[in-house]
This record gives sequence, structure tokens and C-alpha cells, in this order.
Amino acid sequence: MGATDPARAWPGATLTRVPFWLYQDEANYHAELRRIFEGPTWSFVSLESDLTRPGDFRTTFVGEMPVIVVRAEDGAIRAFENRCAHRGALIALDDCGSAKNFQCVYHAWTYDHEGNLTGIAFEKGSNGRGGMPPSFSKAAHGPRKLRTATLHGLVFASLSREAPPIEEYLGEAILGRIARVLGGRRVRVLGRFVQALPNNWKLYVENVKDTYHASLLHAFFGTFRITRLTQGGGVLVSPDGAHHASYTIDRADDRSSAAYREQGIRSERQDYKLADPSLLESVNEFGDDIRLQILTVFPTFVLQQIQNCLAVRQVVPKGPGAMELHWTYIGFEDDTPEMHRRRLKQLNLVGPAGYVSMEDGCVGGFVQRGAAAASDEVSIVNMGGEGAESDDTRATEASVRGFWKAYRRYMDG
Amino acid sequence: MAPADPTALHLQPQVAQLNADYARAIDDDRLEDWPEFFAEECLYTITSADNHRQGLPAGLMWADSKGMLRDRVAALREANIYERQSYRHVIGQPAILGKPGGETADGARAETPFLVVRIMRDGRMDLFATGRYLDAVVMEAGALRFRERIVVCDSSRVDTLLAIPL
Repeated sequence: MGATDPARAWPGATLTRVPFWLYQDEANYHAELRRIFEGPTWSFVSLESDLTRPGDFRTTFVGEMPVIVVRAEDGAIRAFENRCAHRGALIALDDCGSAKNFQCVYHAWTYDHEGNLTGIAFEKGSNGRGGMPPSFSKAAHGPRKLRTATLHGLVFASLSREAPPIEEYLGEAILGRIARVLGGRRVRVLGRFVQALPNNWKLYVENVKDTYHASLLHAFFGTFRITRLTQGGGVLVSPDGAHHASYTIDRADDRSSAAYREQGIRSERQDYKLADPSLLESVNEFGDDIRLQILTVFPTFVLQQIQNCLAVRQVVPKGPGAMELHWTYIGFEDDTPEMHRRRLKQLNLVGPAGYVSMEDGCVGGFVQRGAAAASDEVSIVNMGGEGAESDDTRATEASVRGFWKAYRRYMDG
Repeated sequence: MAPADPTALHLQPQVAQLNADYARAIDDDRLEDWPEFFAEECLYTITSADNHRQGLPAGLMWADSKGMLRDRVAALREANIYERQSYRHVIGQPAILGKPGGETADGARAETPFLVVRIMRDGRMDLFATGRYLDAVVMEAGALRFRERIVVCDSSRVDTLLAIPL
């Protein structure tokens, strides 16, 4: 037996089998950071409403790269790596704030809102001695700059010149689904939380795209008919597989459905009633009877509407076996007091303690631990066939296969 | 910091006892008793110091009725899936800040620090949460109850999930 690592291979061209080494392998993880997160993709970095005045900034991540997102004097939103050109220290240390410029604390090198290096402490030295060589060009040194794009109040960034314009990247159908929730509205942030998950980032992204699990893992969903596979709805997958939007449409005609009882599934409990049903008193705020819409933008952005509970989620990878989920709960500036309270109440459904999301916090870890010794075994992604196309059922794993279709394109080149 | 309202100071031992009973109910897995520590009209929410400082109102849990607290327990028992775990609360001395406000005659506003260790089924123990309880306690049917309990966690970061209330 040789001491070399086993070959990291895909089981052929099929999207229905996913080898477990993809969630474990250190070298593959670093390849993802280069080819996906620093590649021709768009990553969510901020809400526009967090950057209202020139100088307003937030710090975040694109993959593992720390990033500053800032509203410049000209009103444009800029993003650059949060890394001093000098010795590589973080330039901004706060989550958010307002700054005329950015100065690294280590040796006081200064940057403008575009990430240009504008000042070097003691550049000319002291008393005629020391200082930088006259040949040193500030313009030629600086943190890496990212392109930015804003879309319905969302700010995306890309390190790559090759990434297509955001509208083209997303496609008409996904654009429409984002506009449905955010178009023409002014976002108001209601709260922010970070959830540290003990699993590879892809396990969470797959989970969000997995329409099959929702009413099976999340008993709360099924019991209160927030979503059931027998309800109307479906999944929309972008042509390249990368992005998705799943949705359920409220219809009363499935209330007596025996489908779940016939499956003997845990989530069917007719006797489970809420003591305070005001939790689920919703209004049809988008006028289309869609009670639930979960949307992903490849690689790591989620926009969620569950009844009147809205949030954006950003997946931040932290090594092969760990990630953070950055939750931002939102409403709109023009929400009535009743709608504001309704959103606060329905936020019980989501987040780290959410009635219909707390399981998503642990199930990725269950896979990470369960498959710990199974690098060369595969998981099965075969529900609904082999393709990655839109479907009018949610008893399918089409959007998960779509993720792998896009993933392989970025990774295999 | 304004000095404590001396008219509420006499309740300090009772608030401390209420906190001790509250912690025992949760840590002993008597979650069904947990809503009974609250007044009929109540607000319970878990937030973070950052959100609280910025005036952001959303909570990890947010209940404005005793019914919602009961529903939280029912969901944990009947619907939600999470690995077996328990808490050990260590609750500090309540600082009595004054009267609870409103028309309530008897009661107090209090701030109390806490630590919560989470013990997982495999024996792993972690410092899961630290923070302070911002409380309004009132006398109801002869007993002190929480009319408001704002759980302000020092950190905005939650490991894996928050199932059991703090």
C-alpha cells in the first residue's frame, strides 16, 4: 500500500452522486476559495440600507477574504480587501461604522473609500533619514479591489473581471423572484445574529436548496401546514443550475391529505395545536398567495420569505468542517406597526432558535460526523430524476443537482 | 447609573429566589413549568448586546404572551429535532433598578447577570451563553412573576442552535 492520498474523483458525469471527500478535503477547500469565491461569481456583502451616507461602511467576508464595503463620496458603493498593503493587517476592525478614510492601526497606512493607498506614515522618513525609497509607488500597491453591483437593495461583490453583469449572472427568472420581495421597497434591518455551524459550507447550501427535506425534517412546518410537499408550489432552477427559488402556494384543498399519514412520517401530528395561533396570522403582502419563497444565489446567498418573516442569510466558510451563517432579519421602512409586530413574532420561525430552521443548524453536523470515515463513499441525490431543471413539485432534488452542476463547472474549469 | 429606587429594594431576595427557581426549572428539564414564571401579559425575548445597543428589536425567541411560551415548550417536546442537551445556569445577584413602571404598584425592575453551560449528550460542555436579564417583575396572585424578561446575550454568535430557552 502506498502512502499517497486516494484519488479525488467524481463518480462520472452524473449529478446524482456526491462523494463525501468534497466536504472534508483541505486541498479541495482551498481550490474552492480560489475558483468559486475569488472566481467569476457574485457574493452578497451588504444591504444598501446599511450604507446610506458617504463613509458608511461594513466589514464582511467573500469566502475567507475579509472585505470592506463602503459608500464613497460619489455615492457609489465600493468594496476592497480588508488587508493593509504593507504587512497584511486588517484595516478596519469594526463590523460597521462611518469613516472619512481608513487607516491601518499597525503603521498608520491610509486608504480612501476606493481602497487606494493614499498615505504612508513617515513616507519621507524622519530628519532626512529612513522612509520609503523614492521609487515606491503608492498607486501600484493596495488591497485587492472588488467589483460591486446593487440589486433591489442588495449589494454583491466579485473579485473577478470575468463575472458577467449581475443581471445576466442571475437570469430573468431569479431576478423576478428577488424583485417580488424587495423591488421598490426600502429595507429596515430588524436584527442580526451569527450562527456557527459544525459543517462544510456546501452542506448548508444544499440544505437550503433541498425542497425535499423541509416538511420531513421540520415537523413544525408540516404540522401547521406552512409548507407540505402536497401543497401547491415548486422549484425554479436557473438554466446553469446555480441559483434557485422554491415556493409554496397556499391552497386549502390539501388539508385532509392522507399522503403524510400513509408515509408514516413523524411530522404528521393532527393533535398539535398552538396555544397562541397569532404566530401564524399572516397577510398576503405580495399579493400572490405565495406563503413561502426560499431563494439562493450561487454560491452563498439566501433570501427568505416565510409568510411575513423576511431575512437574508450569508454563508461564510470557515475551513472544510466549519462555517458561519450571518442572519439579517429585515422588514421595510413603510411597514405598519401591525406588520412590524407580525414580523417580530414570525421571526420565531427562523434563525438559530427557529421553529422551522433550528434543525438546519444541526443536520449539517450530522452529515459531517456521519460521513467522517466515508471520504470515498457517495451521497445520493436522485429524487425527481437526474436533471437540474425547474419543476412544479418539491419532491425533487433538482435544485441540489443544479448546485453541483454549477459547482463542477467552476471547479473543473 | 441612577441609584436604585429604595421602595423596590425589599424585593431583592424575592427576585433572587425567582431567578433560582427559574434556573432550576430549566436545568432540571421541567420546561413545562417555565411559562409559569411569567405574568399573564408578558414579553420574553432573547437578543444580543449589539442588537440591544442599536435598538434593533428582533429576537432569537420573541414571545408576547404566555401562550407563545407554552407553544415554545410544546414545539421543543413535540416537533423540533436537536441532540439531547441540558443547561446549567449560574445566575448572579439581581440589581434592583426601581419600580416596574406603568400602573403596577408592587414590583421591580432588575438586572441580573448569567452564565449558561450547555452539556451535550456525548459529554461535551461549552460556555454557551453569557449575558444579563433585564426584567420587570410584578406581583400577580400573590407571587412574583416576570412581566418582561429581555435576555441580552453578550455575544451575537450562537453555536449550532438555540433550542432550550435561556
